[in-house]
Amino acid sequence: MLRYIIRRVLWAIPILIGVSIVSFFIIQLPPGNYLTALMASMRATGESVDMSQLQTLSERYGLDEPMIVQYWKWISGIVLRGDFGQSFLYTRPVSDLLWERLGLTFILAFTSMIFVWLIAFPIGVYSAVRKYSIGDYVMTFVGFIGLATPNFLIALILMYVSFTVFGQSAGGLFSPQYLDAPWSWAKFADMMSKIWIPVVVIGTAGTAALIRIMRANMLDELPKTYVDAARARGLSGAHAVTKYPLRVALNPFVSRIGWELPELISGATITAIVLSLPTTGPLLLEALLAQDMYLAGSFIMMLSVLTVIGTLISDLLLAWLDPRIRQGVVG
Amino acid sequence: MRQIPMREPDTLLEVRDLATHFFTDEGVVRAVDGASFDIPRGKTLCIVGESGSGKSVMARAVMGLTRAPGRVVGGSVLWCPDQDGQATDLATLHGNSRAYRAIRGPEIGMIFQEPMAALSPVHTIGTQLAESVRSRHAVSKRETRERGIEALARVGIPEPAARYDQYGFELSGGMRQRAMIAMALAAEPKLLIADEPTTALDVTTQAGILDLILDLQSETGMTVMFITHDLGVVAEIADSVAVMYLGRVVEHADVDTAFHAPAHPYTEALLRALPSIHAKTGERLAAIPGMVPHPFARPAGCAFHPRCHRFRPGLCETREPENVPVAPGHGARCLLLKPARKAAAE
Repeated sequence: MLRYIIRRVLWAIPILIGVSIVSFFIIQLPPGNYLTALMASMRATGESVDMSQLQTLSERYGLDEPMIVQYWKWISGIVLRGDFGQSFLYTRPVSDLLWERLGLTFILAFTSMIFVWLIAFPIGVYSAVRKYSIGDYVMTFVGFIGLATPNFLIALILMYVSFTVFGQSAGGLFSPQYLDAPWSWAKFADMMSKIWIPVVVIGTAGTAALIRIMRANMLDELPKTYVDAARARGLSGAHAVTKYPLRVALNPFVSRIGWELPELISGATITAIVLSLPTTGPLLLEALLAQDMYLAGSFIMMLSVLTVIGTLISDLLLAWLDPRIRQGVVG
Repeated sequence: MRQIPMREPDTLLEVRDLATHFFTDEGVVRAVDGASFDIPRGKTLCIVGESGSGKSVMARAVMGLTRAPGRVVGGSVLWCPDQDGQATDLATLHGNSRAYRAIRGPEIGMIFQEPMAALSPVHTIGTQLAESVRSRHAVSKRETRERGIEALARVGIPEPAARYDQYGFELSGGMRQRAMIAMALAAEPKLLIADEPTTALDVTTQAGILDLILDLQSETGMTVMFITHDLGVVAEIADSVAVMYLGRVVEHADVDTAFHAPAHPYTEALLRALPSIHAKTGERLAAIPGMVPHPFARPAGCAFHPRCHRFRPGLCETREPENVPVAPGHGARCLLLKPARKAAAE
C-alpha cells in the first residue's frame, strides 16, 4: 500500500511539470501581453501612454525575453522560493492574493459539500428503496428542477427574496463592518448568517445530481442476492440495506471526490460574481481577461495540483473502501 | 403471532395452497399458484421442476423474502418447530416483522444458487458469518469469531482462521458455497433451504457439497428442503420429492415411488428424459415435447395437457385437476388418476 502511494505521488511530478508548461504557454497564446492590454485600456480611456515607462515595465517583468526564459523564471520561483511572482493587476505578490481567497473558498466549498451530502444521501437512498413511490416521484421532480435551473438564476431569486423579505443584502460573505476586521466570533457569526445563500445556490445542482447518482447506484445493488442472503441471516430490511448495498454504492460516489477538489476553485464562478463572493472564481476570470499571466498561471497550477491530489485521495479512499481494488493494488 | 394446532406432530413445515403472484405492468404472473407439500422432521424434501416452475419463488415465500412486485396472496406456511403440535402461519406474518426475523436465520437458514452473488463483494466472510452466529447466540466479539471459525472448519474449509478474514472473491467456487453453508449452519437452524446450491459448481465440487449437506444433516438432525432440476441429485439425497409444474406441486411422493412408480405423466416424462447408461447406441434422448408455457398463457384445465402423452381430449383441457391421494404419502394432480381407496373398492 505504501509503495502504491509513493508511486502515485512520484507520478504526479511529471504530470505537474507537463501541466505547468502547457498552462503557461496557453496563457501566453492570445496576441500581446499584459502591457499591450494595459496600453489598449489606457488609450480607450483617453490617457496618454508613456512609451519609456512601458519600456521600463517591460524590462522589469522580463516580458521581452523569450518564453522559455520567462517560464523558467516563473517555475523556478515557485519551486525554489515558493514565490508565485507579482500580479500586474494588483501589484501585489500572487501568493498573497491566492491564499486570501483560497481560505474563504474552502470554507464555502466544504460547507456546500456537506450540505449537499447531508441532503442528497438520505434522499437518494430513500428514492431507491421506495422506487416509484410518491416520495420518489416528488424528489425526482424537485431534483430535476434543481438540475435544470441555472445557479445564477437561483442566486438572483434568493438575493431578491433575502432583500425584500428579510431586509438583508445578500451579496458577499461579510457585512461591511467586518470586511477588513480580523477574525473573531462576531465575524464568524456574521459569515454564517450570510453563507447559507451561496451554499444553497451552489448546492442545489450538486444535490440534484448526487440524488440521481445515489439512487442509480442503490438500484444497481438492491436486487443483488447478497442483500437477500443478509436478510436470510436474520438481519432486518433496513439493517441489511445500510450495511451491504449502501457500502457498495459508495464506490462511485467516492470516486467523484477527485473532481470536487478542483471544482472548489474554478467552479461556481458565475454564482460568485452574481453574489460578489470573495472567492477564487471571479479572480481567476479577471486575471485571464487582463492577461495577468503570473496570477492566472498560478491559479491554473493550483487547479492542477488539486486535481492530482483529489484523484489521489479518491483512489486511496476507494482502495480503503473496496477490497477488490486494494487486492489489485497490492498484487 | 397466531398459534394453530397441527395435526401431524412429525411435520416441521406444512405448506398449503401457497400462492405468490407478481403484479407487473404487463399483468399478473402467477409464479406459485396453489403449491402444497409437507416436510417431515429430519428428512430431505427435494423440489424438482423445470426453469420457471416457481421453485425458487416458493422457497423465497417460505423465507419471507418475496421481492416486489411479488406478493404472497394466499395459502398457508405452517411452521411447527416443536413436537407439541403448535404451529405458526408464516404466510400471515409481514416479511420484515420481528417475529419473522426471529425465525429467518436462527430457525430457517437458506443457501443460494450463486455463492459469489450471495456474498458481499466488500465484506469479509467473517463479517457476514458473525451476523449468523449472533442471530442465534448473544455472545462476545471474541466468541463470535471463535464460533465462526469453528463453523468454517466444520464445513471442511482448510485454514478456517485465515479464511474468516478473507473476502468472497478470494475463495474458489466450492469454498464459497461451503462458506455460505457455514453461515446458514452457524445459526443452527432446524430447516435448511438450499436453492440449487450446486448448479453453478462443477461436477466434482458438486458431489463434495452434496456429501457435506448429507453429513451435516446426519450430525445435526436438521431438515432440508433442496431445490434442484437435477434428478441425479434427487436420487442421491432425497427422502421425498415434490414435482412442480407452472407454480403447482403436481406430484408428491417418497423418492422410491417417485422414481419407480410415478403417478403423474409429467414425472414420467421427466424420468424418461434422463440419459440412461443402458441406452442403445444411436438412440435419441427422449424430450418432453413443447416448452413450458409463458406464464401469461397458462393453458386451461390441466396446465400440462398440451405436452402430455396421456392427453385425453374433452377432459384434460376442461377441468383443473385436484390432488388425488393415490397411496398414503403419495399424491398427484392428474384427472386420469383415481383415489387409492376408491380404486381398491372397484
